[in-house]
Amino acid sequence: MIGPPLLRLDALGKRYGRHLGCADVSLTLRQGEVLALVGESGSGKSTLLACAAGRLAPSDGRVLRRAPAPDAPEDPRHDAPPLWSDVYADLTEPERRRLLREEWAFVHQDPRDGLRMAVSAGGNIGEPMMAVGARRYQAIRAEAERWLRRVEIPADRLDDRPSGFSGGMRQRLQIARALASRPRVVFMDEPTGGLDVSVQARLLDLIKRLVSEFGLTVALVTHDLAVARLLAHRIAVMRRGRIVESGLTDQVLDDPQDPYSQLLVSSALQL
Amino acid sequence: MTDRASARRSEEAARAAAAEVRLRASGVCKSFTLHAQGVTLPVLRDAAVTARRGACVALTGASGAGKSTLLRLLYGNYRIDRGRVAVRHGDGWIDLATAEPHEVLEARRLSLGYVSQFLRVIPRVPALSIVAEPMIAAGSAPEAAEARAAELLSRLRIPERLWPLSPLTFSGGEQQRVNIARGLAHSYPLLLLDEPTASLDAANRETALDLIEAAKARGAALVGIFHDAGARERLADETVDVAAFAA
Repeated sequence: MIGPPLLRLDALGKRYGRHLGCADVSLTLRQGEVLALVGESGSGKSTLLACAAGRLAPSDGRVLRRAPAPDAPEDPRHDAPPLWSDVYADLTEPERRRLLREEWAFVHQDPRDGLRMAVSAGGNIGEPMMAVGARRYQAIRAEAERWLRRVEIPADRLDDRPSGFSGGMRQRLQIARALASRPRVVFMDEPTGGLDVSVQARLLDLIKRLVSEFGLTVALVTHDLAVARLLAHRIAVMRRGRIVESGLTDQVLDDPQDPYSQLLVSSALQL
Repeated sequence: MTDRASARRSEEAARAAAAEVRLRASGVCKSFTLHAQGVTLPVLRDAAVTARRGACVALTGASGAGKSTLLRLLYGNYRIDRGRVAVRHGDGWIDLATAEPHEVLEARRLSLGYVSQFLRVIPRVPALSIVAEPMIAAGSAPEAAEARAAELLSRLRIPERLWPLSPLTFSGGEQQRVNIARGLAHSYPLLLLDEPTASLDAANRETALDLIEAAKARGAALVGIFHDAGARERLADETVDVAAFAA
């Protein structure tokens, strides 16, 4: 079920010198919603994702995050934290870091960017749990084992390093590491990119189940429209750094309105 | 009977009839603009359909008249250029022409079902889960949903040994039956049917028609396309000729 807005992008833009990353992007992400950013390579979707995820300061606009406990009535006390705050302008650096550690998570296309390759699988999952306050070794280990099972990695690999894992297994471990701290929002950059088709199907099924089990809110970058079709509630089509069309996934894919979206959809092999 | 009493009666009757309405589409216009070809194809102008509790409307018209387009507009799958598609949702209405994506999804979760000819699923997900999923999404307990899914799959003659497998490995007819089971599993108040009996053998066609009749009997409003004339005669209370809305 889809809830109230958790994240708002307001006229967001990012320039790299004279090169444009993304421009004038306004979007709302609701609780429990999966949004896919689609478009060709170089369309600015990864730049937009990094800005939205609090990892890349934008040149223009704001990234607004709703404070937790969204069901609480607005507190009349003047020292209550504001309901919406700009992740870059309003939060201090330690607050922003804490947000990225405790409330938001990021899944990279290349698992090596999201994992500690020299640390065991169990350590990779336990570390973010410790960062949000878990202390008891046995409890952390048991929870790490549960996560391994959840992402379909045999529990006897707990003490192995991910350097010995296959690509698909590394990606599943990265997802377990990202979700172990129980984030509210997960950002994923081409999570199934670079994997064999059979491995991809397994990962899609897994992501879909985890999203519904934990009621996750997800912003996902993919160039694969079939992945967007199966995972996302809503799609935003990007071209040259701008969103040219957005809407309900099946509506955008079955009845695209923008000339570029039409080209993109008609060029896909099978949808 | 006094004048005032009879006026109140007819007012009550009108209100009761209005309460029966589950879908009211009016003034619906649709054209497709193909930018690469530089053409705009008008398809429908001022289309109107009303569906009521426990009744079935069959959309008719020659191939190309826009029946499928209209049905997809009624599901919010195609963007509505102009007009209203009001769907009864709880105590209120959702107009699919103007609703936000999450509102359309909410209507589809609880109020508006669709049985299509095509199955789109993630490879690897078992047939049983695919059929149970809409019920779980609508709030059923997983065990109850799986029990109902199992009952539907057996009635539609999908052998039990296939239930744990992905339907992507099934034959066309078997996939169609999984689709029917999935579409009819949850008790949607309003159901859209796109040739529900196409590609079924005689025995399974009979079962599918029985299931659709049962949905109607429990009060679902139905709108469907039935090329199968026998199915149309058995189910439809009313026909709407889509050719009348040609743009």
